[in-house]
Amino acid sequence: MTPDHSQRPLTFLDNFGHSLRTPAYLYQPENPDGVRSIFRIAKQEGMTVALRGAGKSYNDVSLNGGGIILDLQKMNHILAWDPTNGVIRLEPGVTLEQLWQHVLPSGWWPPVVSGTMTTTLGGCLGSNIHGKNNFRRGPIGEHVLEFTALLPSGAKITCTPKRNGDLFRAMIGGLGMLGVFTSITLQMKKVASGMLQVHAWNVPNLKAHLDGLFEAAPQHDYTVGWLEATAGGNGLGRGQLHTADYLHEGEDAEAEKTLQVSYQTLPSRFFGLVPKSILHYFMAPFGNNLAWSAVDTVKYYMGREKTYRQSHAAFHFLLDYIPHWELAYGRGGLIQYQSFLPKESALGAWTEMLKISQQRGLPSYLGVTKRHRPDAFLLTHAVDGFSLALDFKVTDRNRAGLSRLLQDFDRIVLEAGGRFYFAKNSETTAGTTRRFLGEEAIAKFRTLKKRCDPDGLLESDLYRRAFEG
Amino acid sequence: MTKSRTQMPARATPLQPRKRAILIGASSGIGAALARRLAREGYIVALLARRQERLRALCDEINNACGETRALWYAHDVTDYGSVPGLLQKALADLGGLDLFVYNSGIALPGGFKHYEFDKDLRTTEVNYVGALAWLNPVAAMFRSLGAGQIVGISSVGGERGRVNNPAYQASKAALTSYLESLRNRLTRRGVHVLTVKPGYVATEMTAGQKGLFWVVTADQAAADIWKAIRHHKQVIYIPARWVLVMLIVRNIPSFIFRRLNF
Repeated sequence: MTPDHSQRPLTFLDNFGHSLRTPAYLYQPENPDGVRSIFRIAKQEGMTVALRGAGKSYNDVSLNGGGIILDLQKMNHILAWDPTNGVIRLEPGVTLEQLWQHVLPSGWWPPVVSGTMTTTLGGCLGSNIHGKNNFRRGPIGEHVLEFTALLPSGAKITCTPKRNGDLFRAMIGGLGMLGVFTSITLQMKKVASGMLQVHAWNVPNLKAHLDGLFEAAPQHDYTVGWLEATAGGNGLGRGQLHTADYLHEGEDAEAEKTLQVSYQTLPSRFFGLVPKSILHYFMAPFGNNLAWSAVDTVKYYMGREKTYRQSHAAFHFLLDYIPHWELAYGRGGLIQYQSFLPKESALGAWTEMLKISQQRGLPSYLGVTKRHRPDAFLLTHAVDGFSLALDFKVTDRNRAGLSRLLQDFDRIVLEAGGRFYFAKNSETTAGTTRRFLGEEAIAKFRTLKKRCDPDGLLESDLYRRAFEG
Repeated sequence: MTKSRTQMPARATPLQPRKRAILIGASSGIGAALARRLAREGYIVALLARRQERLRALCDEINNACGETRALWYAHDVTDYGSVPGLLQKALADLGGLDLFVYNSGIALPGGFKHYEFDKDLRTTEVNYVGALAWLNPVAAMFRSLGAGQIVGISSVGGERGRVNNPAYQASKAALTSYLESLRNRLTRRGVHVLTVKPGYVATEMTAGQKGLFWVVTADQAAADIWKAIRHHKQVIYIPARWVLVMLIVRNIPSFIFRRLNF
């Protein structure tokens, strides 16, 4: 049955960083028929539709101000699971949390995960997420065996890397602009233990930081760096690197126990005392340049080389460790600027970027580095090099300055042959997109879009900004 | 009515926030002046009025002055009540949201003390009041469900007493003022602000050629006062402000005197 659109109230929707809030008509279909009826409403009413999962992106990829939001969180069933070969088929609203909790007890782990487990698989595919193992395992799209999708044209389509391969490589990472995933088949990774062997050590400057990532990557399953973006001078780009490795059969005597979900679960209290759900209130006072740089410095000097075991969940889902930590950034919210640079030009470009952000009194409060390799997806953000993700607090006072800073960042990154990730950056313009993706890739995407969505029903605020603006 | 894609205004981003407004009755006078002012303050505005050519010219002027698309236009007769929900949805989607709604449509048809004409009174009531109801109902419901938003109604000092001149105009503005007050009382608790604007004499087409006007302000001055009241979330303003005192007196003139006045 088609819902009555005229009775639908507007609802405010926001993003992970709470940096944008726009009203839209929210629909939460429970099955593909429901999705179909929403496309019908959109066509009748002359409206556009943007797809949304858990709304955990940092920008406007799942927002559509004044239009329709098709929220897929209610299509969240696991359709089939074969623990003998690790193949799982699920609906797009299934979260990473549901997924890992479903597969881990039989000794499997999702091959690629984001920093939070609250994301949906539909969203993960739409943005083609990567993890701390991108240099080794590629983005999540490389682990999709097959998906079925409902196109706004009304067609149902099945894609695998070989069958409808063009659409396979465009819909994954296609930002929800081509159609709705209705089922996704993924290959899980076999693990012998619920624990990872983690190694952490400090790096004194940006060169050592990038060299460390470069050298560590071939030898480890995961690598990631924390970059102290407030440190200047000789310590510019210093931070801490982490590597993590799967344990082999027999290395974890308690494997049966550590593979249990209860063993993985993050503690709900800080130091066993303070409920973590209220911790963000205590973090808020540190949200200024002086206090944060002090926190960063203490963190750096307390860091020492160490090796320890950590559960998969604790290692991967750092962003879930303190619930609603993003609220500590205050009313203006936070944005993230992530750039991907070839290994040859990363050092020079990021040195310049970190310097100008500090000179202008607009340092990032959190920098995260990773090692990457290219992939074959149409709207890919990957390069043979590194990425640096910088978090910025947004306030009424710093907005204009930050806007100019990020424009300068864009220029530096483009000149250095870099790329951007659509799930993160909130200010990328259509001009920038054309430069880093190339006219050819965009034309190819548009051709596919015309075929899948002839009435142009699918449109998000991100699409308007980064592709049409 | 529909605009091509290239003309669409940019959406808000975290670092380029944009407020959005709909103005009904925007082709001339206070409406046009307020449209220019809001666009200058960074708003994206959807402008509605009957006179298409004027609206188009106003949008071009605003967009050229701002160097980007900040104004969109839609031809609309406020007495075409049935078209309101569709237009509201369209404007909302084109703007990407709505922060401010202004109802400015108003007419004062010429007539003298001796005129008693139902047709004119009906037309006046429809444009000044019934059209406002057609818009304010869906807008108020929308803002209520969002728990945010600002509504501005351009009424008049004229609604405060039943003066001898143009009874239907006085009555329509009295009704609008009263309706806006009710809306305010319903919506303030829901986080929605309602501003009633009561201009005296403003130099617009409505007052052109009229005699005996005083304290006449320009439409730009009126727009400046309204913008200030919007920013400060005021409830009721008079333009110019000294009308507060005058109307305090006028409201309290006993009927046995008032009915002998030609005011």
